[in-house]
Amino acid sequence: MREMSTPTLELASAEAIARYEPVIGLEVHVQLATVTKIFCGCPTSFGAPPNTNVCPVCLGLPGALPVLSKDAVELAVKAALALNCQIRSQSRFARKNYFYPDLPKGYQISQYDEPLAEHGWVDIRIDGQTKRLGVTRVHMEDDAGKSIHDGFKDSDLYTYVDLNRCGTPLIEIVSEPDMRSADEAYAYLTELKQMLQFVEVSTCDMEKGHLRCDANVSVRPKGAANFGTKAEVKNVNSFRFVKIALEYEIARQVALIESGGEVAQETRLFNPDTGETVGMRSKEHAHDYRYFPEPDLAPLRISDAWLDQIRATLPELPAQKRQRFVESFGLRDYDAQVVTLTRATADYYETVAAVSGDARAAANWVMGELTGALNAEGKAIEESPVSARQLGELVALIRGGEISNKLAKEIFPKMLASGESAPAIMEREGLKQISDSGALEKIVDDAIAASPKQVEQYKSGKTAVLGYLVGQVMKASRGQANPGSVNELLRKKLC
Amino acid sequence: MKLTSERVRYVAGLANLNLSDEEVERFRADLSGILEHVEKLNELDTSGVPPMAQVLYPAEDTATLRPDRDRPPLGAQTALANAPQAGAGHFKVPKVIER
Repeated sequence: MREMSTPTLELASAEAIARYEPVIGLEVHVQLATVTKIFCGCPTSFGAPPNTNVCPVCLGLPGALPVLSKDAVELAVKAALALNCQIRSQSRFARKNYFYPDLPKGYQISQYDEPLAEHGWVDIRIDGQTKRLGVTRVHMEDDAGKSIHDGFKDSDLYTYVDLNRCGTPLIEIVSEPDMRSADEAYAYLTELKQMLQFVEVSTCDMEKGHLRCDANVSVRPKGAANFGTKAEVKNVNSFRFVKIALEYEIARQVALIESGGEVAQETRLFNPDTGETVGMRSKEHAHDYRYFPEPDLAPLRISDAWLDQIRATLPELPAQKRQRFVESFGLRDYDAQVVTLTRATADYYETVAAVSGDARAAANWVMGELTGALNAEGKAIEESPVSARQLGELVALIRGGEISNKLAKEIFPKMLASGESAPAIMEREGLKQISDSGALEKIVDDAIAASPKQVEQYKSGKTAVLGYLVGQVMKASRGQANPGSVNELLRKKLC
Repeated sequence: MKLTSERVRYVAGLANLNLSDEEVERFRADLSGILEHVEKLNELDTSGVPPMAQVLYPAEDTATLRPDRDRPPLGAQTALANAPQAGAGHFKVPKVIER
């Protein structure tokens, strides 16, 4: 689409913006994690050579008939359930007609008047409060192909088209216009992504376009009952950009209204290089999609029995997990939030907590040493060289008083490097904390015998010298004595 | 139902067709005739009949679905065989400029 040349606009001041309330709704497209496309058996694998993963169905060849993927339906239902939606026992596919070279059928198969699911909600945390945002609907549809406008030597004459992505299964999640700031939109997207990854509906890989977002935004004077005219911002492919685009758009619209102008109802493109949105001149009849029921697909029926089956595959959701970690593990809100950021992290953490028997120390280790080490190596938690069980064993050793926290922090990097368990490393390096009272007593006796001057000073009342003796014992034990026990033993022997 | 020529131009635009004034007039007459013919159906009382989108029978809920198992795709060579223009494994179309 062609960009309109708009004169550079003075954005509204913070004071002016403060007099207005933004109203934001988001449309999020999510790629379902199936092996094949929604209506044919072509693979959805990313990065295949152009136009290799195609067949008569997704090429839109005459006479080819679509057959809906059962797994795609189940993933879509799972997502809708996680978003607290009501699932229709019968929904219907519809054709959305428009012309574009990357849409070989001449229509997108989507859902229109009878979508898969409706009336859901998502809770977000914003400024320490919980806010409930409505989800209008979740429906299924197929993706279009990819048009490449630049990069070939004859790109000034031709658009190149790759149809591999045609027919990739998507759900579109439409929110209610319930968001009142760019930050709320950001929180909604973050929560949505986390939820969809948790229920394993999508990998939500932004770089591969698994999650794409369009934003509807308008502003109105604070206290006004009616919505202002909205603009739709497209082409925003990261959450950070959504925030930047919304903030820009809010300031632009306020400035327009403050200067006596009007917001035009239009589609605007976000430009990530400038952080601005630019109006697009769209076709006069661009929005007449002439939806009609898809004659090649039967209505989608989801019986109560099937719905129950799908519901049974839903894992515990992030919000439930967080609550459980706070209530039964005694984690702080923030810590519970951090260890539930992804399903993999939550699973890892729970294993560490269970194996170690110390849920709070487990959280500290996962968020501290482990995350630090993984970040340094650029690894995801799934790729951690130290398994959750191994980290649990290490934390258990601290809890059991067998090693000090300090010693554990020396053992941990060795576990990372070798993949060996903590007990194995301790064994090999003789690193065990000396808890055997006989062995410890001998070292203490030796230290006393070797330091007659200090012993005399201690006995004459200079108790501060005890620190020196403790140090001698720790040195002789190569750091493996328990400082508490050493202290206690020395006092006993010297009185 | 008599169509206006604006209506004919609008529908032609949606179908990506450019019609001459002469053609607009011809299609206005043809399409009006077709619509008038189909309008006869409105004489029937269908108030008690649920709308039917397609003739497929109401199957068991999963009967018309397929498992998520891949099948060998056509591959680029076959896919592009009938393309009027192709290059670098892609379909080539005249530069896309939004009208």
